[in-house]
Amino acid sequence: MTDTRPNAGTCRTTGDGEILGGLAETERLASRLSGVAQPGDLICLSGELGTGKTAFARSFIRSRASFAGVEVGEVPSPTFTLAQTYEMPRGDIWHFDLFRLEHPGETLELGIEDALNDGICLVEWPDRLPENLPGARLDMAFTFGATEDERRVGIVGDATWRERLAGLVGNG
Amino acid sequence: MVVLGIETSCDETAAAVVDGERRILSSIVLSQLDEHRVYGGVVPEIASRAHIRHLDGIVDRAMREADTRYVDLSGVAATAGPGLIGGVMVGLVTGKAIAASTARPLVAVNHLEGHALSVRLTDGIEFPYLLLLVSGGHCQLVEVAGVGAYRRLGTTIDDAVGEAFDKTAKMLGLGYPGGPAVERAAREGDPARFDLPRPLRGRPGCDFSFSGLKTAVRHAVAGLTDGVPGTRDAADLAASFQTAVGDVFVDRTANALKTYAERHPRARRLVVAGGVAANGYLRRRLEAVCAAADFSMWAPPPDLCTDNAAMIAWAGVERLRRGLTDPLDTPARARWPLDETRPLRSMNEDGKDTP
Repeated sequence: MTDTRPNAGTCRTTGDGEILGGLAETERLASRLSGVAQPGDLICLSGELGTGKTAFARSFIRSRASFAGVEVGEVPSPTFTLAQTYEMPRGDIWHFDLFRLEHPGETLELGIEDALNDGICLVEWPDRLPENLPGARLDMAFTFGATEDERRVGIVGDATWRERLAGLVGNG
Repeated sequence: MVVLGIETSCDETAAAVVDGERRILSSIVLSQLDEHRVYGGVVPEIASRAHIRHLDGIVDRAMREADTRYVDLSGVAATAGPGLIGGVMVGLVTGKAIAASTARPLVAVNHLEGHALSVRLTDGIEFPYLLLLVSGGHCQLVEVAGVGAYRRLGTTIDDAVGEAFDKTAKMLGLGYPGGPAVERAAREGDPARFDLPRPLRGRPGCDFSFSGLKTAVRHAVAGLTDGVPGTRDAADLAASFQTAVGDVFVDRTANALKTYAERHPRARRLVVAGGVAANGYLRRRLEAVCAAADFSMWAPPPDLCTDNAAMIAWAGVERLRRGLTDPLDTPARARWPLDETRPLRSMNEDGKDTP
């Protein structure tokens, strides 16, 4: 996933991306990122089935809720309902799954532009997203690693993410 | 008593008229899947706009087929959640408008309650019973003690079982919806060829997990020559997958039957509802586990297992009978766990409640 916008301040992981040794490391990364996320963020999670996109999103939502002292209960996969929302004091979280969609226009009907006004959007299967969405975009591309449990994640963020990612992942 | 029901919480736009004698006077379901077929691949507008475009016509058709006038209605029941919020709002607002203009009470129905009570519409069984709700969006075991009296014993900690079927079908190139496609392919397959995991099997409790099983199917596909499943591979993988799901169902449900029977030793009934309940193989596995535990098994017919409005109208009948109505400012809810369905209703003194 590359960011082709003319933006001098992008930041990215190097090489094949961060190595995540197992589910626990995916969850740890999600928890850390949830701490620096803010309203207006568009976090895109791409990768094949089974690479950990939903697991990342679930941990992200649970961590942020727990930090805010909010009880979220279940965090189901949104594949069937297309979107799940979680009300939070520092910006609602919208968890989208565009797996079942085929055209970018359908995504707009889900209200993603409104969601980006004052919420944080986690988007699985972001290749169905329309172009030129507002928001501070972070692309996370998950791939399978060397072992059955290992995953890799390449991260590309726009300028607003540079400082926030410093220290969390290896910046290039 | 005659109730109009409206359902728009996911892909289906549906309206139905049901009466207090357990008769379905009409039940119309327009699936966006059908639209895909009608327009030969032109993708329909997802969510609210498609519901807006079709709902008035579908309500009208349901009323005409039922030969019912609006003045004949005892109330209007509409799904108020959980689901895709835009869609839910369309149905709920329509229900409110009909209720307000006809001066009839509104019943805001939890979609899951519709599934939970539909077997009382079709088979008239008494409370209490154990419910296994298995669909594209849900996988849970619920003790149903009465209308509004639900206790969840377990749920999926990641993906719903129907989602696992759909994604497996996609990886095997079997098409959508995945449930029937996997079941069909599995008939010709060897369930022992692939050694897939049985998540949570043997653990205490009644929760489910399907994410790891889905990933294991992916690894099995990747391990095939060229990483592309041929017809034989797809059949064998479908059979191996379905058998793994069956083993998990049997294990988790057996735990739930035990927990439930401790509280209700004389009401040994398991109700299976939701789209995945249409799978014949899984039904047979569940019938076996019921027989072993001296439970009877009940399941609504397939067209009432998948999303429909007759079950919403019926939930409306059940609630209206108990005087449970909702104000016109009731909000739509994207998330609404079944055991938060209020008001909780205490059972009659003898613990029985006939439909």
